Amino acid sequence: MSKILNVRNLEKTFSSGSREITVLKEINFDIEERETFAIVGPSGSGKTTLLGLCAGLDRPNAGSVELCGTNLDSLTEDERAILRNRKVGFVFQDFQLLPTLTALENVAVPLELQGAKNAIKKSKELLQKVGLGDRYDHYPSQLSGGEQQRVAVARAFSNSPSILFADEPTGNLDAETGEKIIKLLFNLNKEAGTTLVIVTHDLDLARMTQRVLRLKGGRIIDNSIVASK
Amino acid sequence: MSENIEYKSKGGIGWLSKMAWRDGKASAKKLGLFVASIVLGIAAVVSIQSFGENLKDNIQLQSKALMGADYRIDSNNPPNERVVAIMDSLGGPEAREISFTSMAAFSRSGAAKLVQVRGIEQKFPLYGELETEPAGAALSFIEKGAALVDATVMLQLGIKPGDSVKIGEITLPIAGSLKAVPGSTAIFSSVAPPVLIPYNLIENTQLVQTGSRVGYDFYFRARENTDLEQMDRVLGPQLDAQNADLDTHTSTSQRMGRRYENFGKFLNLVAFIALLLGCVGIASAISIYIKGKLKDVAVLKCIGASRRQTFLIYLIQIGAIGFIGGLLGTILGLLLQQLFPIMLGDLLPVDVDMSFSPRVIAMGVLLGIFMSLLFALYPLMGTLYISPLQALRVQNEGKENSGRAGLLVLGGIFLFILLFSYWLLEDWRYSFAFVAGIIVTFSILAGVAQMFMKAIKRYFPSSWGFPARQSLLNLFRPQNQTLTLVLAIGVGTFLISTLYFTKDVLLAQATLEEQQDSPNMILLDVQTQQQEAVTQTIESRELSVMDDIPIVTMRVQSIKGRSVNQIRQDTAANINRWILNHEFRVTYRDSLIASETLQQGEWISDVTSRDLVPISVSDNFADDAKVEVGDKLTFNVQGVLLNTVVKSVRLVDWSRMQMNFSIVFPAGVLEDAPQFRVLTTSLPDEEASAGLQQELVREFPNVTIIDLRQVLTVVEGLLEKISWLINFMAFFSILTGVIVLLGAVRTSKYQRIRESVLLRTLGAKSKQILKILALEYTFLGILGALAGILLSLVSSQLLAWFLFETPFIPSWVPFLVLLPGIVLLVLVIGLSNSVGVIKKPPLEVLRKGGY
Repeated sequence: MSKILNVRNLEKTFSSGSREITVLKEINFDIEERETFAIVGPSGSGKTTLLGLCAGLDRPNAGSVELCGTNLDSLTEDERAILRNRKVGFVFQDFQLLPTLTALENVAVPLELQGAKNAIKKSKELLQKVGLGDRYDHYPSQLSGGEQQRVAVARAFSNSPSILFADEPTGNLDAETGEKIIKLLFNLNKEAGTTLVIVTHDLDLARMTQRVLRLKGGRIIDNSIVASK
Repeated sequence: MSENIEYKSKGGIGWLSKMAWRDGKASAKKLGLFVASIVLGIAAVVSIQSFGENLKDNIQLQSKALMGADYRIDSNNPPNERVVAIMDSLGGPEAREISFTSMAAFSRSGAAKLVQVRGIEQKFPLYGELETEPAGAALSFIEKGAALVDATVMLQLGIKPGDSVKIGEITLPIAGSLKAVPGSTAIFSSVAPPVLIPYNLIENTQLVQTGSRVGYDFYFRARENTDLEQMDRVLGPQLDAQNADLDTHTSTSQRMGRRYENFGKFLNLVAFIALLLGCVGIASAISIYIKGKLKDVAVLKCIGASRRQTFLIYLIQIGAIGFIGGLLGTILGLLLQQLFPIMLGDLLPVDVDMSFSPRVIAMGVLLGIFMSLLFALYPLMGTLYISPLQALRVQNEGKENSGRAGLLVLGGIFLFILLFSYWLLEDWRYSFAFVAGIIVTFSILAGVAQMFMKAIKRYFPSSWGFPARQSLLNLFRPQNQTLTLVLAIGVGTFLISTLYFTKDVLLAQATLEEQQDSPNMILLDVQTQQQEAVTQTIESRELSVMDDIPIVTMRVQSIKGRSVNQIRQDTAANINRWILNHEFRVTYRDSLIASETLQQGEWISDVTSRDLVPISVSDNFADDAKVEVGDKLTFNVQGVLLNTVVKSVRLVDWSRMQMNFSIVFPAGVLEDAPQFRVLTTSLPDEEASAGLQQELVREFPNVTIIDLRQVLTVVEGLLEKISWLINFMAFFSILTGVIVLLGAVRTSKYQRIRESVLLRTLGAKSKQILKILALEYTFLGILGALAGILLSLVSSQLLAWFLFETPFIPSWVPFLVLLPGIVLLVLVIGLSNSVGVIKKPPLEVLRKGGY
């Protein structure tokens, strides 16, 4: 298996007034294709910042990220957006559906950005797959939290991504609905052969992945293969 | 793994438009308010532009009928041999007219009225027609030796066809009422309405005497292929030299068109301000709208949309809003222009047939698109700088809008305002002044809002009760609308208030001073031999003659040794034409009067020698004739040449309704010259005035009476009509202000709701929350309206000083009516948008979270 994500000597600092705060330091790890991977750690450990850097949403102060064989540092903002559109899927904690678009339109956007001709047809199939075949024309405000997250999952898979980043995907859901979403996410991941990177607090969820990266104070304290896997 | 990716985004214009539409239709409610913000401004501009074009076209189309001929030669004297020769060379006039202003007495009521007597020949008008009631009267009145009397006068005085009118020494039956006649302007007609009589009866009136102001007009039909402009260029100067004038139908209609165009330009600016106000609303509303969309933009960027794409989605959306606003505004404007003829009534010189000009329609639509995009550009730029990271929970300090780009946009806005105002005004000086005025007004209002917010922060009244403190805090909460609201309320109030004060200044200028010693009736053309008898008539009614002013008519013969004909031929001469052509009415006296102050030189009260008479001229005469103290002037006093020297220059307050003179001779020179007198008196009421007028007309038919009260009523009526129209246009600003206000209140509504709900959750009563909101809107209303009124005080004072040159005493009306009215309006709009939410249970709102 080849590497889909390669992170080397990553460092990220933020300035707060005259103070420099180091959020991430000396981060090194790889993720294999089709691997499921969890990033865990307490609040403020730098998990989401790391996810943002890996997905090319932000630039590091030092180090490099190679995503799908491309060094993100060499790309412009718009080129990184195109790379995300072709290769990356996202699931967010607070769903992040576009409130002015229907469920179907939300799922179709990544495909439409690619210029896909069958965007609507494929989006309908995906919505059916996540159990929302009767909710195409509903706006996010007309859906429950669980339904919104299912739409978000469908959207994340719509562009057949090579890697999917999920940021606390169950953080805003009750336990039962969260469980269903995770099941859906893992099933679709298996089916599509996508690499899955999950940022989570939930250690039970982390244990469902093949490998767990533990962060504390911006540094890696453990990068281990989960025993049961 | 590595794979070649083509870094080219596929979402083209089709997809961008689709996204703009998808997003727009779900935000229709919010976007509807943006549309409304510009609809009224566009409607105002389009209505004025379109009506102006229609009026100009109609004046041009009807120019021959307006004059009644292809061209006309006119003079204030009977034509001399040279003028007759010129007229003969043109084939001779087809119709002639002699006109003068005189009193007319009507048999039915015995009422007397100042009228414009026009003696016309059968063939007049050569184009157009006399509109009369009955219609046949227009053709038969000359044959019957009868008169046609202005329809309004007939109605006012209850006169019917068949009654008679006495003009000078003749009494004529009235053949019918006159509804329209070429050559009579409505404004002059309201002071001296026209009475048409046969040309050959003019002499019988015995009113054409030495010193009478009489007009001689000769109407021509142009021969085929005559170039009227060329003819004007060749014959104009020749006729000028003979104190005659050539007017072609085209030049007259152009002059008339220009007069209305100037008024149109002013109204256009008022309309443009309404549009700008709407744009401020757009900028503010888009700013809030885009802030609400930034998270969506970040998500779109996350899933692969480029900066350009996200920017364009909203740019297309705003452009479409602008298009809809422009289209609706244009339609509304085209409908509104139909009201103008009703509002302006007889102020218009022609009946205006409305047509829709493609140029104006295109302007309205493009203006809508362009102004929306221009004013939305700065807030829209926020989408360029938002990081996709915002979609995650990471709160990074995203880059603010580029300062340089912001300045560029601001420069673009001012450049556009400048160019558009130049397009409206066709004068760079005025356009720059207008832009400067806009910048100053908006800056002051914005400054007031900022200062107020700073002052509250600094001197926060901690001892006030909770609702009052909370309402003050709301004024500078994040995403507050204080600046927009103060601008919207302030500009609207400023406009209305300035218009009100300006009307005050204009009316005050025309208003008679009510003191007992001010005359309110002027008797003109009193012959010297009638003076005693007229005085007796006045005194027999226990009234007194307040002034008895001798008048001698004369023309300028030469200035500083150069004859007027030499000056006329000198193309480099900068002496104003009216000085050369005017028949001056000159008086003589030994002292200055109340409306005069000596500006230069020495006042000479009397002389004994007629060799070189020391005279006094008014400041405007000195400016226009280019003379100063010591310069010599020769006057032609009815055939006798009189050499004079300017000994003093007087500053004359022409706005005072009394007899003022450009030229004053000392006592001792003109006493024996042919002259008539002007007497003035003061009457307590209209009844006394009517009685005296009737008696004077009966006894002295040649005497012209001007009742200043009636003149003032006419002036007031005129101003009323014009101010009605200005107020109508200002109303657009106020209405736009209300919409901007509504938009601003609605955009900050959700924040208020959340605050209100939190307060209620913490135990605040609905009444307390209502009080907080009411106080907040009251503060905003007072701040905006007061700033607007105070600013208008300054602008009105400046107008009074520099434009009207008159003192300005502000009225209390804007403070007593406008201020509370606008505060109430703001309060009602604000509360009506919030009350519904206050009533909802807190949990319902908190659960929804969407708020």
